Amino acid sequence: MPQWTLLGLLQGKRTAPWPLSEGDDGQAGFLGMPRYQPGECLEDCRACAEVCPTKAITMRAEDNGGPRLDVDYGRCIVCQLCTEACPTDAMTTSPDWAFGVRRREDLKWTDHPSTSSEAGPSACRSFRRSLHIRHVDAGSCNGCESELQALNNPFYNLHRLGIFFTASPRFADLLLVTGPVTYAMHGPLRATYEGMAEQRWVMAVGTCAVSGGIAEGGYASGHGLEGVLPVDVYLPGCPPNPAAVIQALLMFLDRMPQRVNGGQIVE
Amino acid sequence: MSMSQHIAERASESQIVSLHPSELKDAATRLLKSDGRMQMAYAWYPEPGRIELRYVASIAGQPEFAIWRCEPDGPVPSLAGICPLLSWYEREIMDLFGVEFLDHPQRHRLVLHDGAVAPCPPFDPAYPPDALLQIRSAKQSIPDIGGANGDVQLLPFGPVRGDVLESGEFLFFYIGEAILHYQPRLFFKHRGMEKRFEGLPAERGIVLAERVSGVGSLAHALAYCQAVEAAANCTVPPRARFLRVLLAELERLYNHLHYLGHLCHTTTLKVGEAEGKLLEERAKQLNCRLTGSRLLRSILTVGGLRRDLSPGEWLGPELEALRQAFAAYARHLENTNSHLDRLITTGKLDRRVAFDQGATGPVERGSGVDRDLRRDHPYAAYSELPLEVAVREEGDAQARVQVRMAEIEASIALMPRVLLELPDGPVRSDYEIEPGAEGLGWSESPRGTLFYAVHFGEDGKLKRVKIKSPSFSNWRVFPFTVHDTNMMDYAINEASFGLTIAGCDR
Repeated sequence: MPQWTLLGLLQGKRTAPWPLSEGDDGQAGFLGMPRYQPGECLEDCRACAEVCPTKAITMRAEDNGGPRLDVDYGRCIVCQLCTEACPTDAMTTSPDWAFGVRRREDLKWTDHPSTSSEAGPSACRSFRRSLHIRHVDAGSCNGCESELQALNNPFYNLHRLGIFFTASPRFADLLLVTGPVTYAMHGPLRATYEGMAEQRWVMAVGTCAVSGGIAEGGYASGHGLEGVLPVDVYLPGCPPNPAAVIQALLMFLDRMPQRVNGGQIVE
Repeated sequence: MSMSQHIAERASESQIVSLHPSELKDAATRLLKSDGRMQMAYAWYPEPGRIELRYVASIAGQPEFAIWRCEPDGPVPSLAGICPLLSWYEREIMDLFGVEFLDHPQRHRLVLHDGAVAPCPPFDPAYPPDALLQIRSAKQSIPDIGGANGDVQLLPFGPVRGDVLESGEFLFFYIGEAILHYQPRLFFKHRGMEKRFEGLPAERGIVLAERVSGVGSLAHALAYCQAVEAAANCTVPPRARFLRVLLAELERLYNHLHYLGHLCHTTTLKVGEAEGKLLEERAKQLNCRLTGSRLLRSILTVGGLRRDLSPGEWLGPELEALRQAFAAYARHLENTNSHLDRLITTGKLDRRVAFDQGATGPVERGSGVDRDLRRDHPYAAYSELPLEVAVREEGDAQARVQVRMAEIEASIALMPRVLLELPDGPVRSDYEIEPGAEGLGWSESPRGTLFYAVHFGEDGKLKRVKIKSPSFSNWRVFPFTVHDTNMMDYAINEASFGLTIAGCDR
């Protein structure tokens, strides 16, 4: 056993300084949510809307010379097909992953995003330094779980931020849900939520939980948490990377600002 | 023409044999006698009202798979008694297509939950689109094991378990520390993924295939693409075939590193867990740097790759650094008695059971079954690269660990070879799909054999896609190593199988 202690010590500190200070967040090269630049759109072009597999991009019904597309990042599965189909730079690849927001509308693109982000519910501020999370997999592909499990590896080391996963819903403050909510997980998900003490909050992680994602509909899959549970934090992504999960959790605790407003990163 | 191109072309015309239901039992017996092996079975509707069953088998020494076609004219004889691994496939077909199998030993539902009410079987073309199944009762088909004095207790665990885990329910019938009987209840996560493919153009299917099992995104996309390429008689350019090998091995690498870290979690070796998961993180960051996706998504397409990759000068040295870190880690694990004590003799899987019940991947290779699709049915550029297949005879958790450790070494040795021999040229070729075409594709995912069978309709759109995931096979096998063991070893044994539920449930 001493060999392991020694190995650990010899490794030194392997945890990223981010998010506590500036530094490597480990996401070099990450292809995030495509960026929409309406000025670049060609007239009569429907290429991105036609190729989008989850209807995250749809054509606006009225043509009044303004932006021609409705872009809902809550439905985006970052497949990058639109960036390949787009003949111009209207849809381009981007490294944007910090997409945790408080309101579903914040994920929908608008040409006049508000710059002031709303403060969180005051009650959750008393949990700022200690938050306990119960995770429920409501039918995910295991991609979100793979990234959530990474949160406790030494690189991200979620514990240092005072955020913990707990087994019992009784001890949990936040319910973190992944997956589109299958017909068979609907009951167990509701039961877990009912089992939590009030004040309780809900976070939808991954595009499936936000809106149903690629699996939405059919005979066995639902539409995410919409109409199932009240949601306090939305984090689309397929899957969101571990840094995005941390950013969204800290945003929820008022320890980091919300980066996205009106479907774009607002500095 | 290179060997793998040759194989790709032959695979598209795999031998399809038509059998009458009454001939099935004889055919299955003959197959097993001649050292063949059943791979999977599925059903589809060539047209509304007409169901066809398909059986896919491997024949000893042949790179092509044999396909049997069978049209039921009433209940079909069950082959589960001859070839037990088919039991789950037949139950799936009963649930989703309503086909009856005569004398099936386990008649209760598998994929659909007991209380689920459906207007008709979900794959019937008459099923109303987007009609979500409803659970109307909580009845469960569970064995009645009480003991004379009611001293056998039942512990249901799940579907929501501790920590960050996939949903599934496990029933333990136990006395004290001893498990008498164990029954997993899966398919809480059944999303009906196979049906989501129907009506889509071939190109669109990849996005779905990548999201069937997240930690097998690349293997799923690869098997799917190869199935469509077989249907379209499309030849993939050499550079793309080599890069596909590189990507597939990167997926194996991060999965196996996660496996070792998670196994340390179950044996409470804390630093070992941290080190394993840190190595996994490093591998995932390499994936991200190379492809933009930590899970290697959005890179494959039918006919090759969506864009060229430039592993350039940096990937080789990074892999070498990872190899050295892994070698040190593996040495420490192999020298830790407290860890090895919990693995050796735990969860023993007999070779015979592994074969009969259809174990796959490192699980079967840990039980002495020497099979690997990369070598036996080569695809992409595997036939042009040296590949060592690790096999252990012991069948316990430690054997499964050793197979995976050897596979990590083999992967890290194989990748520099790919970089060295990487040809120049295009990475994508065009293809055209004939109406009514069909194809079979496969890949050896980190967890074992993965199959996609695709059928196109007269409109050139996908009509039926069947996915055989490795975890569907290994979940079938796993309980055989749990009955008659003890509670204390359960978590270690489960981790040693490296199962995913998403892949199994689909």
